[in-house]
Amino acid sequence: MNAAIVGIGATDFSKDSGRSELQLAAEAVRAALEDAGLEPSDVDGLVSFTMDTNAEIAVARELGIPELTFFSRVHYGGGAACATVQQAAMAVETGAARVVVCYRAFNERSGHRFGQVQTAAAANIDNSWSYPMGLGTPAAMVAMFARRYMHEYGATSEDFGRIAVIDRKHAATNPRAWFHNRPITLDDHQSSRWIAEPLRLLDCCQESDGGVAIVVTSRDRAKDLRQKPAHVKAATQGSGVDQFTMTSYYRDDLTRLPEMGVVARGLWEKSGIGPDDVDVAVLYDHFTPFVLVQLEELGFCGRGEAKDFVASGALELDGKLPLNPHGGQLGEAYLHGMNGIAEGVRQIRGTAVNQVGGVEHVLVTAGTGVPTSGLVLGQG
Amino acid sequence: MTDIEKEAARIAEQGECAPRLARDPVNLPMINNWLEAIGDDHPGYTEVAPPAMVQVWTMAGLRGQRTLDDPLGQMMTVLDEAGYTSVVATNSDQTYHRYLKLGEQLSVTTSLEDVTGPKKTGLGEGWFVTTRSTWWVGDEAVAEMRFRVLKFRPARKPEPVKEIPKAQAIRPSVNRDTEYFWEGTRQGELRIQRCGGCGLLRHPPGPMCPECGATKPKYLVSEGHGVIYSYVVHHHPQVPGKQTPFVIALVELDEGVRMLGEFDGEPSVGQRVEVVFTEVDDELTMPSWRPRADR
Repeated sequence: MNAAIVGIGATDFSKDSGRSELQLAAEAVRAALEDAGLEPSDVDGLVSFTMDTNAEIAVARELGIPELTFFSRVHYGGGAACATVQQAAMAVETGAARVVVCYRAFNERSGHRFGQVQTAAAANIDNSWSYPMGLGTPAAMVAMFARRYMHEYGATSEDFGRIAVIDRKHAATNPRAWFHNRPITLDDHQSSRWIAEPLRLLDCCQESDGGVAIVVTSRDRAKDLRQKPAHVKAATQGSGVDQFTMTSYYRDDLTRLPEMGVVARGLWEKSGIGPDDVDVAVLYDHFTPFVLVQLEELGFCGRGEAKDFVASGALELDGKLPLNPHGGQLGEAYLHGMNGIAEGVRQIRGTAVNQVGGVEHVLVTAGTGVPTSGLVLGQG
Repeated sequence: MTDIEKEAARIAEQGECAPRLARDPVNLPMINNWLEAIGDDHPGYTEVAPPAMVQVWTMAGLRGQRTLDDPLGQMMTVLDEAGYTSVVATNSDQTYHRYLKLGEQLSVTTSLEDVTGPKKTGLGEGWFVTTRSTWWVGDEAVAEMRFRVLKFRPARKPEPVKEIPKAQAIRPSVNRDTEYFWEGTRQGELRIQRCGGCGLLRHPPGPMCPECGATKPKYLVSEGHGVIYSYVVHHHPQVPGKQTPFVIALVELDEGVRMLGEFDGEPSVGQRVEVVFTEVDDELTMPSWRPRADR
């Protein structure tokens, strides 16, 4: 694609930001523009999530962005993350805009918490087959998949726990991470309380306040800017057969994420690389079991083999497929996947705190269990 | 080692608590009251106390409080905070070294001997806490007791602390495409959408058949039998209208579609279940599942 990420910015990640969501969005966008060496007046496109409360025009007012020729929103919660970059890249390629900023900002811990039961969500007809029955939290919805996955492949709670241990290990050496200096052991995971069996507390990502912004422009424009560009080699969305939001329980197979399979096919085809060419994987990790399923769906290992792949140490920083060097959402912060894109950019630039050596390609995925998206970022 | 086990080890390490003095010396009025309450008319207790009374002498009284270093009290607090809020005494083994004489001043010391768990019991998941107490006259040990309690988290469906009004239950949204289903549950029928064109069975339902494109959905009435395909035991957070923990099962009905519902029982994948209907109010009846014996 003829697009590159040229700026990244973020607020602090906290449990109580003490400021409005609009302020968080504005701070993140300003930081990303400064990182890129661009002015608000250079921006003519804004993209966010449909779940974001900050209107593009409100963000533009705060930043002093005078005119917008492109503004767009992506649906399906965290599944939108990488698709915001896809929207921006398409806008840049078609000439709809020249500089597009993708942003996501919320007080997800001190304000509206996604982990609680959203009674109002039952007003959605699809949710009327789950919420009234008592299945009303993301953790419980993922747990239903996880139980079946365990049943079919013999995976255990410890296999899920290894993902949390790796993320927290990486977060422990990332000063920006909420869990900086706080690694966990597999025993800690095993003794953490049940949230929705088979998920324990430490299978579930934290809840966070904060904002992240990503600046996208053309490869040509990127050449003149401050940072080494992270080229968007591929950006795709995916929805699968008989797709629901979090509750795709009516397909033949509950042990897969077909929507991520759609994303994977698109990413490999468009980027021209394959699983073996990925140097760093930033996989969406709101709940540990879906990291295992993603490894299979993306082709890093065979069906049902993720538990062995993980146990082999492949996901360590010096392993075959370093996972979430920033600590992921389990360790750094839950920013609906946008902080993962920023980490992907840092790994390409070579400026990450847990930098992996010789990074040519980074894979980033967005929310799982929902219609989703993915990115391949690269050097050239 | 769990947090509870760490705390137990810490408390056990403290050893015996400081001696706690009996309120009064061994005395005849209290002996007589005790004999009367127990219904013991043995005439021999005029100079010595009944041995089984030993614990009485050091009871803290009606408004007494545990001392801060009391190991049982400390362990109760740990377990309360971990959600094991209920208690039942399971064992009390006493050994008497000699009779206690009128006028003797007793004291008692206690140490934490053992904490084991979590155990699944009929009352709920819990921890067995064992303490050892010694009664002293001066520095002479006169009686000992090993005392065990079960601190437990009440099993599902405990006495409701507060009744959750039905009005709090999360209600489905109903529209033209789905009203047949909820009309069915009101009538005690579990209805599955069946395409009026090609006969495809489908749940959740929709207005247009994805197989043949027909927009003439009908339904059949399910036998209401199936197997658990997957399930979740929900613990946190609280869910309006439910008492945690509770089970939600994804059931594959014998007709071939899957459907979610609360399940009343100990779940396992592959377990046979049948539908039950619970009337929330005149407007809403919820389907749920219960175990079904295989025939």
